[in-house]
Amino acid sequence: MTKDKREVARRPETAAIPTDWEYSPAPESRELVHLQDRYGLFIGGQFVEPLSNERYTTIDPAREEPLAEIAQAGKADVDHAVKAARDAYAERWSVIRPSERAKYLFRIARILQERSREFAVLESMNGGKPIRESRDVDLPLAAAHFFYYAGWADKLEYAFPNRTPRPLGVAGQIIPWNFPLLMLAWKIAPALAAGNTVVLKPAETTPLSALLFCDVIRQAELPPGVVNIVTGDGRTGAELVSHPDVNKIAFTGSTEVGKAIQKTLAGTGKRLTLELGGKAANIIFDDAPLDQAVEGIVNGIYFNQGHVCCAGSRLLVEESIYETVVSKLKRRMRTLRVGDPLDKNTDVGAINSKQQLDKIGALVQAGIDEGAEIYQPPCKLPERGYWFAPTVFTNVAQSYRIAQEEIFGPVLSVLTFRTPDEAIEKANNTPYGLSAGVWTEKGSRILAMAQRLKAGVVWANTYNRFDPASPFGGYKESGFGREGGRHGLEPYVALDGA
Amino acid sequence: MSRLPVHKTYKLFIGGAFPRSESGRTYEAEGANVARGSRKDVRDAVRNARQAGAAWSGMTAYNRGQVLYRVAEMMEAREAELAALCGGVDEVASGIDRVVWYAGWADKLAQVIGSANPVAGPYFNFTVPEPTGVTGILVPEPPLLGLVSRLAPVIVGGNTAVVVASEAHPLVAIELAECLATADVPPGVVNIITGLRRELGPALASHMDVLALDLTGADGDVAELERLGAENVKRIVRGRADSQSPYDIAAFLELKTVWHPIGM
Repeated sequence: MTKDKREVARRPETAAIPTDWEYSPAPESRELVHLQDRYGLFIGGQFVEPLSNERYTTIDPAREEPLAEIAQAGKADVDHAVKAARDAYAERWSVIRPSERAKYLFRIARILQERSREFAVLESMNGGKPIRESRDVDLPLAAAHFFYYAGWADKLEYAFPNRTPRPLGVAGQIIPWNFPLLMLAWKIAPALAAGNTVVLKPAETTPLSALLFCDVIRQAELPPGVVNIVTGDGRTGAELVSHPDVNKIAFTGSTEVGKAIQKTLAGTGKRLTLELGGKAANIIFDDAPLDQAVEGIVNGIYFNQGHVCCAGSRLLVEESIYETVVSKLKRRMRTLRVGDPLDKNTDVGAINSKQQLDKIGALVQAGIDEGAEIYQPPCKLPERGYWFAPTVFTNVAQSYRIAQEEIFGPVLSVLTFRTPDEAIEKANNTPYGLSAGVWTEKGSRILAMAQRLKAGVVWANTYNRFDPASPFGGYKESGFGREGGRHGLEPYVALDGA
Repeated sequence: MSRLPVHKTYKLFIGGAFPRSESGRTYEAEGANVARGSRKDVRDAVRNARQAGAAWSGMTAYNRGQVLYRVAEMMEAREAELAALCGGVDEVASGIDRVVWYAGWADKLAQVIGSANPVAGPYFNFTVPEPTGVTGILVPEPPLLGLVSRLAPVIVGGNTAVVVASEAHPLVAIELAECLATADVPPGVVNIITGLRRELGPALASHMDVLALDLTGADGDVAELERLGAENVKRIVRGRADSQSPYDIAAFLELKTVWHPIGM
């Protein structure tokens, strides 16, 4: 490069720093998604009309527009699905070679990769999450999860030394609305790899990606009945939980419902795993790389509108850097783009449902009433749809509801600490124990903190990272059992010879 | 000339001491007046177990293994006393060998149960087992081997325990407590309550500081105890009275996964 050209390339000193970061709309096309007007239940390899004859409408929460009519499965429908799963278990899935099971799962992973854009758009339409997240997080991880567990199907004896793992039979699986397809993958992949068959109930508000997944099952030529999808609200879930011919229940959702499920199963001997709520502490020490930490705080709480069980919803900041962190955080919050989930520039999408929006609103009001100081960046929220601006509370006492209860929305509570002991004390002062974050440049402190935090996942100098090889799950009232990794197989196998 | 023997008063084992039941009650079992523990005794035991947790789980695994081995040494020294209160010398021998077997697991279980996880990104990611916390145990028969088989896997992983002894055969549990008390097991790590199952079981199952429950020794009341345990999402285990397995240790361990970025 000549000297002249270098000078041309340099920006003139007089160039103004832009004050306006408006982006042109960059909407992802909805044309990839072909919705039916109504969907049946997927049982025994085909869509069937619900015996219950009940239906409800699933909507796009960003537009408050109906997307399709969904079947509300009743007791007879659940029974039908469990029978199909039982037959498939006895006649097909438990008798084929494990290496063949593996190949079906590899096929599913590949098809999900091939159709990932279609799924990502649908996921954002039905759930309200930004396309950037469904495209870059949900879909790649869902496909990777199937690929990971596919490889385990014919290697189970290496996962459980000195044991011959056997499948349990029919697994009943109930998943939440925050990561619909990804949670489906977390549930179905290990269950099938271990040789079980499945009846899965997607969340009431987000059934569409599970119903589109039935088409993946068709393309993969999975034997009929190995995966059955029953849609509906909590009543459908309750029927599945109490069905006598289900051998195992896996539930991801609220702690309240998790406890009810554990009580229902008391004394039955059925296997159970629960992945429940959280109120994670994200702890920032004064030697932390602050700009990275602020990104981590934002990712920790505003990722997926805060509809994340492991969200870093309690920020614990060392007192000496409190002012700096809060002002950097507020500045960063002003750059978050809230709006159309299908716009590729959107950072924060729509709240998943009216019910959830009301719950967030009520808890935020409680925070204001109890005396916390609220900050929301100026942002224009669309007139239709369910929206909540990114919110941060300062002046929060540990006893406030916003510091105790899971909000499951884009709402952060900031607390302070002076010593590592105090940080640990506050971080662990919750019945939950799903996750935690630590930000410091001091390696030995990271390890000491990681050791003392009562949480199933600890992110150090990062946050909200997920991987199929990495076990995920909670301590205490955040549930039991792990999903992901070798440990994620354990909930789906019987180990003793009895 | 014949000599009148001195009889032992069988008491509870809480926080390293041998108190009577705070209720002052006893019941007759195996020809002795045995302390009939109360809900308050259960609460005292849980408080002691909880306080003992940090130090016990903070010990090095090597050290914990040695303490367990020392328990086996003390049992060996009291073989005759223990044998007189259970199924006999065979049961004691099996119990001692089982404690030795578990002692050797202390500094291996993290290698067998934990993992390093090859995630698809520049992150160092590993999973380590950690104790769940205070664990309640309803002892199955036979009274010594059942106790040892369920207790050893719980404490070797760093948990602390509140044990409800066999209702019909409680004496050997207190005899074992004397072994524990002289084996450098820190006070509160193991607490043993004697008394009636129908009184003690629900108190233990519903206690919010008890995080795991071994119901191997429960009989007709399993469903009710599990329902009570669900109130704080207890990990509930129903194993076998005579088993010996690292999977019995794993049942009382949490798995913690730690992520850290890799970069220069």
